[in-house]
Amino acid sequence: MAASTDTGNDTAAKSGFRAWLNKRLPVDEFVESQLTGYYAPKNFNLWYFFGALALVVFVIQILSGIFLTMHYKPSELLAFDSVEYIMREVEWGWLIRYMHSTGASFFFIVVYAHMFRAMMYGSYRAPRELLWILGMLLYLALMAEAFMGYVLPWGNMSYWGAQVIVNLFGTIPVIGPAIVEWIRGDYGIADSTLNRFFALHVIAVPFAIAFLILLHLVALRQTGSNNPDGIEIKAKLGANGKPVDGIPFHPYYTVKDTVGLGVFLIFFCGVIFFVPTFGGLFLEKPNFEPANELSTPEHIAPVWYFTAFYAMLRAVPDQQMGALLMLLAIVVLFFLPWLDRSPVKSIRYKGILSKIALGLFVVSFVVLSYLGLQPADGLYVILARIFTAIYFAYFILMPWYTSIEKCEPAPERVSFHA
Amino acid sequence: MRKSIVTAALGLGLALAASAGFAATGGPHAAWMDWQPGNEISNTTSLQRGAANFMGYCAGCHSLKYNRYSRVATDLKIPEAQMEVLLLLPGSKKGDYIISPLSKADGEAWFGKAPPDLSLITRSKGSDYVFQFMKTFYADPKSTNGTNNLALPGTAMPHVLSALQGVQEAKFTTVETIVDGNKATEQRWESFELPTPGLLSPEEYDAFLRDTVNFLEYAGEPAKAKREALGVWVILFLLMFTGFAYLLKQEFWKDVK
Repeated sequence: MAASTDTGNDTAAKSGFRAWLNKRLPVDEFVESQLTGYYAPKNFNLWYFFGALALVVFVIQILSGIFLTMHYKPSELLAFDSVEYIMREVEWGWLIRYMHSTGASFFFIVVYAHMFRAMMYGSYRAPRELLWILGMLLYLALMAEAFMGYVLPWGNMSYWGAQVIVNLFGTIPVIGPAIVEWIRGDYGIADSTLNRFFALHVIAVPFAIAFLILLHLVALRQTGSNNPDGIEIKAKLGANGKPVDGIPFHPYYTVKDTVGLGVFLIFFCGVIFFVPTFGGLFLEKPNFEPANELSTPEHIAPVWYFTAFYAMLRAVPDQQMGALLMLLAIVVLFFLPWLDRSPVKSIRYKGILSKIALGLFVVSFVVLSYLGLQPADGLYVILARIFTAIYFAYFILMPWYTSIEKCEPAPERVSFHA
Repeated sequence: MRKSIVTAALGLGLALAASAGFAATGGPHAAWMDWQPGNEISNTTSLQRGAANFMGYCAGCHSLKYNRYSRVATDLKIPEAQMEVLLLLPGSKKGDYIISPLSKADGEAWFGKAPPDLSLITRSKGSDYVFQFMKTFYADPKSTNGTNNLALPGTAMPHVLSALQGVQEAKFTTVETIVDGNKATEQRWESFELPTPGLLSPEEYDAFLRDTVNFLEYAGEPAKAKREALGVWVILFLLMFTGFAYLLKQEFWKDVK
């Protein structure tokens, strides 16, 4: 191989090598079936960037994470100091750490946008129910990954956040307290907790996420992508047997996603280089103090991407019911494919009720996210109850409002303006 | 519909960003809570003065356990010979972390509470807090060391910079409030007076604090100035990259109809 590149006769050597390679590994066949021969709808809009971007963030997290583990010490005594060591003494350590901490928040921004897209255009509907469920499992794994990663710097908010979240398992009847002890590996959040969270954060959960991503993509290739019009492009095939409204993923969407990647990186690097703590929202102030079991932060709040669920937890006076409600808020998402009875998939052709419902759902999620960051008293609790009710109403009433409303007929062909 | 969705998404981002700006402050808002040092992390001469201030007035009791002398000298462009004369605490070497000679036990015995390490104080409390803390000491005969503080009432720390600032006297007004349905009275800060001025004028004292807080902000994140300077080039590169990527995309998509 080295000799063949030296000859300068590149094309001949390449085809020779390519033939050799393809006999042993189906590279060309893979590229053909997955990229150049995979037809995606041509009418994707900006919401369709976020799936590819989620994959990009995953890769950023894995790569930056590998370098962090080279210097991080998963021990109660050394963890906090080792993070400061990375920030100060490791060459470019600050950049790697900020990439990872900013990446965590951007992972959720991108995933929430991705999920919202699916809800808007009915991407969870048949035949993509399993695709949606695999995505939801990914979301759950991401939550576990983010939570355990948040504990690792062993700041005071890491410690107390872990305390609150692990204790939620204690609300499970009968076996709750035993489970909490099993998770912590100690009678309190301690060295053993930190050590096992490290193991899960760097090995177990990332593996699960990688495997789920693979399944998610395989399922996507099986059904093909939905699109903003919510119609199946496979229903109209051209003379070549390919969808008339489809275009090869490569080069069209690879080149388009590159633009999306550029815009994404501008925002991502803007945060990393200019506002890495994002005003205490991405990296919270109390987490710059080491974990201290004797000093509780003024008010404990999880990072912004969990605060909607945290607000629901606190909206209920009874902790056990609160934890159950929080769990339900996520579980109910799994059932979306069967709750939606509309004759059309996309919000573009659904009736006014669906449009209002989706709008209210977004408002309730944003308001709950805000409320979860505030102290739980007075007006805030009342608001949290109202918006929790709206959040659940979106799902519970869905079979009703999607079946009675008047929808527009979905078009035969996708709407596309060159 | 499309537009309204984009607007909703933008609104979501703004709402989240705005909520970050909310600070949880109990009680009514007082004027001193708005005092800001006006840090300039890239102003090296200010950082140099701040380092000298810190080593002269703070390092006797407070450590910067994550900062090394040599790194501070390099980052702040302080010549090595000058650093050894001006900055090194007795018994320290240039590669050492900045550790105060006051032991934890002595600190607890003398002040009731060991003086905290300050390497991350601007990150955990903010630069504004440190500035306000150093500006709001006032004479209080009820306190064991003769002074009290608005930003941290009942602080164990004496007013170390009283020689520079002088000792302020605080004017309070008594306000009637209702706490849990019961009438109560509350002391509200009105203003400061300076009957015994210090060595520095109020403006000079503010400048002194600005340099010192600036240095503490540096100490909290030594890479900050470099990060921001580099960031400009990173964003410029990405703008260019995205521009070319867009042109490439337009070229490819010409034939999609």
